[in-house]
Amino acid sequence: MPDPDVLIYARGLTKRFGDFTAVDGIDFELRRGEAFGFLGPNGAGKSSTMRMIGCVSPRSGGELSILGMDPAADGPAIRARLGVVPQDDTLDVELTVRENLLIYGRYFGLPREVISERTDQLLEFVQLSDRAGDQVEPLSGGLRRRLTIARSLINEPEILLLDEPTTGLDPQARHVVWDRLFRLKQRGVTLVLTTHYMDEAEQLCDRLVVMDAGKIAASGSPRELIGQYSTAEVLELRFDPAEHEQAAEKLADMRAQRMEVLADRILLYIPNGDVALTAVRRLGLQPLTSLVRRSTLEDVFLRLTGRRLED
Amino acid sequence: MAQAAAPPPAAPPPASPPWWNFAVREFRYWTTNYRRTWRGSIYSSVLNPVLYLSAIGVGLGTLVDKHGSAKLGGVSYIAFLAPGLLAAAAMQTGIGESTYPVFGSVKWRRTYYAAVSTPLRPPDLFRGHLLFTAMRLVMNCAVFLAVMAAFGAITSYWALAALPVAVLTGLAFAAPVEAWAITVRKDTSFALIFRFGMIPLFLFSGTFFPVSQLPGWAQPIAQVTPLWHGVALCRSLSLGTATIGGALAHVGYLAALTAAGIAVGNRTYRRRLYV
Repeated sequence: MPDPDVLIYARGLTKRFGDFTAVDGIDFELRRGEAFGFLGPNGAGKSSTMRMIGCVSPRSGGELSILGMDPAADGPAIRARLGVVPQDDTLDVELTVRENLLIYGRYFGLPREVISERTDQLLEFVQLSDRAGDQVEPLSGGLRRRLTIARSLINEPEILLLDEPTTGLDPQARHVVWDRLFRLKQRGVTLVLTTHYMDEAEQLCDRLVVMDAGKIAASGSPRELIGQYSTAEVLELRFDPAEHEQAAEKLADMRAQRMEVLADRILLYIPNGDVALTAVRRLGLQPLTSLVRRSTLEDVFLRLTGRRLED
Repeated sequence: MAQAAAPPPAAPPPASPPWWNFAVREFRYWTTNYRRTWRGSIYSSVLNPVLYLSAIGVGLGTLVDKHGSAKLGGVSYIAFLAPGLLAAAAMQTGIGESTYPVFGSVKWRRTYYAAVSTPLRPPDLFRGHLLFTAMRLVMNCAVFLAVMAAFGAITSYWALAALPVAVLTGLAFAAPVEAWAITVRKDTSFALIFRFGMIPLFLFSGTFFPVSQLPGWAQPIAQVTPLWHGVALCRSLSLGTATIGGALAHVGYLAALTAAGIAVGNRTYRRRLYV
């Protein structure tokens, strides 16, 4: 039975650049109204996937249907119903904030009055109304990103694609962007985003796939993924570098569900962090610092790939 | 995947608007952008012919005319020079509009990447920008003709027909150069085409003196350059000496070059922007 709520459907989706396979036969589908994420380190194939969804990169193989259409044949009709926030800003910095929306709206063939009305609403939504007449050039990275988000909404898209929406922003600007994206999600806009920030994925995504080296390593909701691939809590221990290795050997005796020895820290995956910390002390170990925290998607990624996300 | 999913139902094939519809949207982008700079560009499009026509047309022309102008076809030097300069100016506008603006749209302002994520396709961007280049050519060449008239350098009403010919000359450069410019990775490549392409053409395509003055071996070379065709036709129109056969040959050559540039550009734009 065809499912009209499946907006994007991919099977065996592949992207090759010469001998290099950037996206290696991935399967996923996006449902109406959900916020879907591709989580993975740089070079995992997230942006290549996004560009194929955005119909600006022809696929090398596999099946891809977007809004019931084939990007290879109906690119313009699909893109007319997508909103795109690219990884690097593509605003026209010599034009004003308002003019950027005008030009972009015209690309969609919208009448001037419609663009003007939506521009007012969108600038208010991203809190840029007071900068409407300003040139884009002097705007900070955070303001530019907000403007890019406003621009991507000018055609009232059914799916909003965000490629690394907060990369390069300072923490405060990131939170503003997250807040706006969360509001969009509340309004029922379908979001697809890529990120290498696990907190971004946890906050925004209903469902996500973990990508590594062009393949999907795991998929599910953040909670499902953590439940499946990690423990409830993590105990992070930091030792004097001289004792780091010895400590790791001793800790192995604790038979924690899993232990990761990083360059600067040792992570113990256990059901209860405080109980584990007491056990560590009982072994006669004196960590310089210790931290009990909840498992995150970072831990899931580490478990799946043996590497950290933000290296 | 957690749950088995079925593909969505196939959507009905979308209605596609006429090809020029999208190109016009891109054209309007360039005109919006141009609104900030048009005043300056008008000054230079007036100043350029005034400077050349007064320095070379009048200044040097007075000396040339003293020694008889049989080789120029019995007309004053300024009347000979001005239509040649018109074609050469069209070449400069055509190349100028299709180098840095195209490169900048990919590398600096990256606006082409924004445009391709809308319904527009790479060939739409190419044709939209060519339309804008055509508009700039019409403006510059019309101003040039007006300045020529003010200098008394026009001897025939046929000179009005030199306007579309000059525009076509500009496009015969703009289309192929733009098709190439989108593939350029470093803007230093443009200095090469200016130095080894545009300037020699400007000097030796019959703009300043008839190509019959060139050594015998060089004459056929000059006559296959597109600028020579533009210069020759603009000149014969301005002087009222054009023939139908000659005009058709020149126009055919320039139109063929434009069409070839468009055919190549549709591909190079696609290859550069759809990766």
